[in-house]
Amino acid sequence: MKLAIITDLHANREAVEAVFAHAQTQSIERYVFLGDFVGYGADPGWVVDRVREHVERGAVAVKGNHDAAAVMGAQPTMVPDARAVVTWTHGQLDAEQLAFLAALPLTAVEDDRLYVHANAFAPAEWGYIHGRLDAVRSMQATACRLTFCGHVHEPQLYHLSATGKAGEFAPTPGVAIPLSAQRHWLVVPGSAGQPRDNNPAAAYATFNTVSNDLCFHRIPYDHDAAAAKVLAAGLPVRLAQRLQDGC
Amino acid sequence: MDADSPLAPPAAPAFGPAPATHPLAPLSAGQVIDGFRLEEHLHRGGMAQLWRVSAVDGNDGTPLIMKVPRIKGGEDPASIVGFEVEQMILPKLAGVHVPHFVAKGDFTQRPYIVMERIAGNSLKARFDAAPLPVDEVVDIGIRVATALHDLHRQHVVHLDVKPSNILFRPRVDGKGGEAVLVDFGLSRHDHLPDLLDEEFELPMGTSPYMSPEQVQFVRNDPRSDLFALGVMLYHLLTGERPFGAPVSVRGLRERLYRDPVPPRALRSECPPWLQEVILRCVEPQPDRRPPSAAQLAFELQNPAEVALTERATRRARSGRMKVWGRWLSALGAEPSARASVTVQVARSPILLVAVDVANAKPELMDALRLTVQRLLQTEAGARLACVAVMKINRIGMDEFTEPDGSSRHVNLLVQLKHWARPLVQALNLPADVVAGRVTCQVLHAPDAAGAILDYAHKNQVDHIVMGARSSGMLRRYLGSVSAQVAAQAECSVTVVRQSAPSDADT
Repeated sequence: MKLAIITDLHANREAVEAVFAHAQTQSIERYVFLGDFVGYGADPGWVVDRVREHVERGAVAVKGNHDAAAVMGAQPTMVPDARAVVTWTHGQLDAEQLAFLAALPLTAVEDDRLYVHANAFAPAEWGYIHGRLDAVRSMQATACRLTFCGHVHEPQLYHLSATGKAGEFAPTPGVAIPLSAQRHWLVVPGSAGQPRDNNPAAAYATFNTVSNDLCFHRIPYDHDAAAAKVLAAGLPVRLAQRLQDGC
Repeated sequence: MDADSPLAPPAAPAFGPAPATHPLAPLSAGQVIDGFRLEEHLHRGGMAQLWRVSAVDGNDGTPLIMKVPRIKGGEDPASIVGFEVEQMILPKLAGVHVPHFVAKGDFTQRPYIVMERIAGNSLKARFDAAPLPVDEVVDIGIRVATALHDLHRQHVVHLDVKPSNILFRPRVDGKGGEAVLVDFGLSRHDHLPDLLDEEFELPMGTSPYMSPEQVQFVRNDPRSDLFALGVMLYHLLTGERPFGAPVSVRGLRERLYRDPVPPRALRSECPPWLQEVILRCVEPQPDRRPPSAAQLAFELQNPAEVALTERATRRARSGRMKVWGRWLSALGAEPSARASVTVQVARSPILLVAVDVANAKPELMDALRLTVQRLLQTEAGARLACVAVMKINRIGMDEFTEPDGSSRHVNLLVQLKHWARPLVQALNLPADVVAGRVTCQVLHAPDAAGAILDYAHKNQVDHIVMGARSSGMLRRYLGSVSAQVAAQAECSVTVVRQSAPSDADT
């Protein structure tokens, strides 16, 4: 079975449309969404509706911190920019969309694969996988051989051998990587809706559960249009700028 | 320890998840694994055993072998991780210089790799006969360097180049003979995770051939493979190992500061140019080695174009004071950050410029030179081969002298060097460096396009630059050499045309 793993869509309609169009050329049989469907971007309602349609057709989706925040509304602990975005996003979503986000699980397991937004050791606390140590902690916290997570916006691949040796790898887009059955892997596909590795192209990954081939993809899209909508919505200028810079 | 078996690091202390090993029943002839029948046990090495196998449902008749890792109970990181690495890398490789990948089996069931079987012995068999004739050493060098360049272009550094890992395709009807590289258990692919990077606390490789940077845990420099090839050529030429076969890290580190006995001191027939090339391959600093395997193959195929330095005439190893000085600077010296195989190959191209010195108009020659100069400025490690073709008849006697008695060949070479002179000056490099960067050759052939294509193929040229005939008439009657080269070349071709006034009759 071939999976498309898409995460951190962040209400970016243009990016998500480009990713879906690419995925349609990849014989995808199952979609997996790793959370953060809203926040930052100008089209939260549209993105939530698309994810919901996929879930109704059998896709897997888990909850991200931005989804949880959009449900709860602005909290006094948030920085001013975040408070503004959360308040705006909450106002854009109808009751059904909010109910869909509220009902999302924190984790999902399918065969030997764990899907989670932030990490496996404390999914509800939203700690980031910043490096090898965090990745090892996460891989050791699950019995699943493969972990797919988002939250971190830069694509990355971590592995842990039977002897406890871990490594990390910055993937080359478009090159299939066979994930050996001999070790644990943690896959960060990178953000579809707000890339931050100095490359504005949308990121996502595909995985073939039979051949064990993982492939990272980068999909160019009209980020200028997405940025213009962010500005038109009155959201912070910084959020428009980073779509164009990819950082 | 057998000097030719890879250094096997001791088992690392186990922590984290339990090793996923599983009992492996011994294999026996006649057994069928995933559709492959075991026919004959060929070899049992330190890390793996090899079986000749056949596909049960028949195949196209390609002879096959199955490689099965030896798992010595408990965890054995060296053979397990090495096999994992080979299972990742081999399916990615293509071409005549690697065995064709057929199938692989998972560690959760039974780990194996099925691949094309290359008939014939490995190069190891020839080592017992060393010292070999100089011509044979050079021929082996050309074939192995050509194979290594093909591997490097596929983003892979082998990192365990040694006689037992080099086979040759059988020669049939004048074809074949290509070197085939096997065993990718220590290799690194630029676009795949390096599973070995963090695995072991000891340097990985085979001690006589391991480059100094491998001793220092650098695993991404393609010039490490050129060091190993230099060690092999030295051994084949002299019958001696340049750095012995140390079994300790301390012994391995000696190659960071101790230079080998010059080959000519052991084998007087070794020509100075070959000593130059071999000693350059085994330089401790990768930057002082040939920048790419293709450039090494070029030198081995064009001895007259090798720039000779002090290395060519060296008669003895460096004195004690010099070695002591190098030892001091090697102490605690960290290897500098190096370019990946992809970057190193891309920045060391071979450019070929074909100059029709006898016929082209001065304006076209200038335009050609300007184009080449721009390319050289952007490609710091490029090697430029300037070529002129001297036409000879297919049949019958050729006039090798001009009516005034001078040699046609020499005259063409003089004109070609004159054309190239401003390029050499613009490079602004020391004389010995320039000599290796820009070379001029006159080829003799009845057909210019064929000669240029053949030269480009043999020397793994990355980019051909040539002029277009400017006159429509000439092109109509003689055909276009550049069009034929552009259509048939295996690399990029730039055709330079002199800009003509808009009303020109072309």
